[in-house]
Amino acid sequence: MSHLDKQKADNALPSLLSGQDLYCERDDRVLFDGLSFDWHKGQIVRISGANGSGKSTLIRILLGLSASYEGQLFFSGRPMKHATYDFRNALLYLGHQVGIKTSLSPEENLNWLCPQANRSEVYQALEKVGLKGFEDVLASGLSAGQQRRVALARLYLEDKTIWILDEPFTAIDKDGVAQLEQRIIEHAQAGGLVILTTHHQLAVDVEEVALGEFTSSVHATKHHETGEAQ
Amino acid sequence: MFASSSLMALFKRDLLIAFRNRGELLNPLMFFLMVASLFPLAVTPDPKFLGLIAPGIIWVGALLATLLSLDLMFKSDYDDGSLEQIILQPQPTLLFVLVKTLLHWLMAGLPLTLMAPLLGVMLALPEGGYVPLVLSLLLGTPTLSLLGSIGAGLTVGLKKGGMLMPLLILPLYIPVLIFAASSVQAGIDGNTYTGHLAFLGAYLALMLVLAPVASAAALKISIAR
Repeated sequence: MSHLDKQKADNALPSLLSGQDLYCERDDRVLFDGLSFDWHKGQIVRISGANGSGKSTLIRILLGLSASYEGQLFFSGRPMKHATYDFRNALLYLGHQVGIKTSLSPEENLNWLCPQANRSEVYQALEKVGLKGFEDVLASGLSAGQQRRVALARLYLEDKTIWILDEPFTAIDKDGVAQLEQRIIEHAQAGGLVILTTHHQLAVDVEEVALGEFTSSVHATKHHETGEAQ
Repeated sequence: MFASSSLMALFKRDLLIAFRNRGELLNPLMFFLMVASLFPLAVTPDPKFLGLIAPGIIWVGALLATLLSLDLMFKSDYDDGSLEQIILQPQPTLLFVLVKTLLHWLMAGLPLTLMAPLLGVMLALPEGGYVPLVLSLLLGTPTLSLLGSIGAGLTVGLKKGGMLMPLLILPLYIPVLIFAASSVQAGIDGNTYTGHLAFLGAYLALMLVLAPVASAAALKISIAR
């Protein structure tokens, strides 16, 4: 009952991020077609699919880093191209490469990535991701997992509504995975929107976007359209 | 407010990285020094002849040294994902490009400018040439950095972009080279060189406005793949 009420309330709000009829192909292969979604505050969206099914491509399209798609994106009900500034202001993105400089220490890296955070906040965040005592060690001396943890500290430092995380659990150990999952759930409960790609099963209900299934259904509908165009 | 703080943070970060890898900063300077010191050995140590070709050698050396250092402008940011973070900042990318260009000039153009009079002595540059040499480098090297940012932005995603960038931007460097070297020549001949410097200044002003826009667009293309 309460769940239904909540959903109704959600639907009444304008969605935070939505897409209409997205179509993308790569090397003559349709990655997705007619992909539409409405994502609200408080949701966790998991983009799943086999390797090469277009998860990262979809992420890059959402971010506005790739323009090779058709269809429309909206942020808070406004077309994305008029809302880019507000969207990027509300965005925290962690990709495959997380932007950690190996010739800087974790603290110095975070000083750049989160310029608004002060020193004690940075130290607290580093402690939360298990890097206490590593604040002044050059990142070149840290393991791959520790370097990713430096970037994950941003999740404790920045006040952004939309998190887009591309494979956030890569190279993170078991405890770290549990903690990160906890942080993601907290963020959604606090009214944030989390969009992530992962093969990891989260402990809570998530909105699933399964890629790869589109390709089979696509060919029938899209095939004659492209045939006409040519 | 926030805009300035994230630009400032990028500036500080890159200064710190440059300081940690300070050996790399010497590369363009060493190249510059080698070019200037090999000419007297290869051609002739005769001061009269050297004085004649000194303006050209110094300027060609400075231009090539700048060109060599351009590869690094965005490369590491591209490789480690910082570039995506920069482009996804709400502020226009061209502001970040301006910061990167300024840093490049501080680490390549400015040291070259300061070192040039020394090379002038080595190449027996006649007395009237020193002031226009330094002034032309001061006005010309920022233009080289700005133009270079376009080439660096366009080729940052390419694995084998080695020769492509010089091909792209050398034609744009030619006016700087012609006017700068001839300003030094004018100084040596005792003629007025303010006209040459005015042209260099105008070219700098134009590129200050146009190059960051082009470079930001080039980076977005590079990152879109």
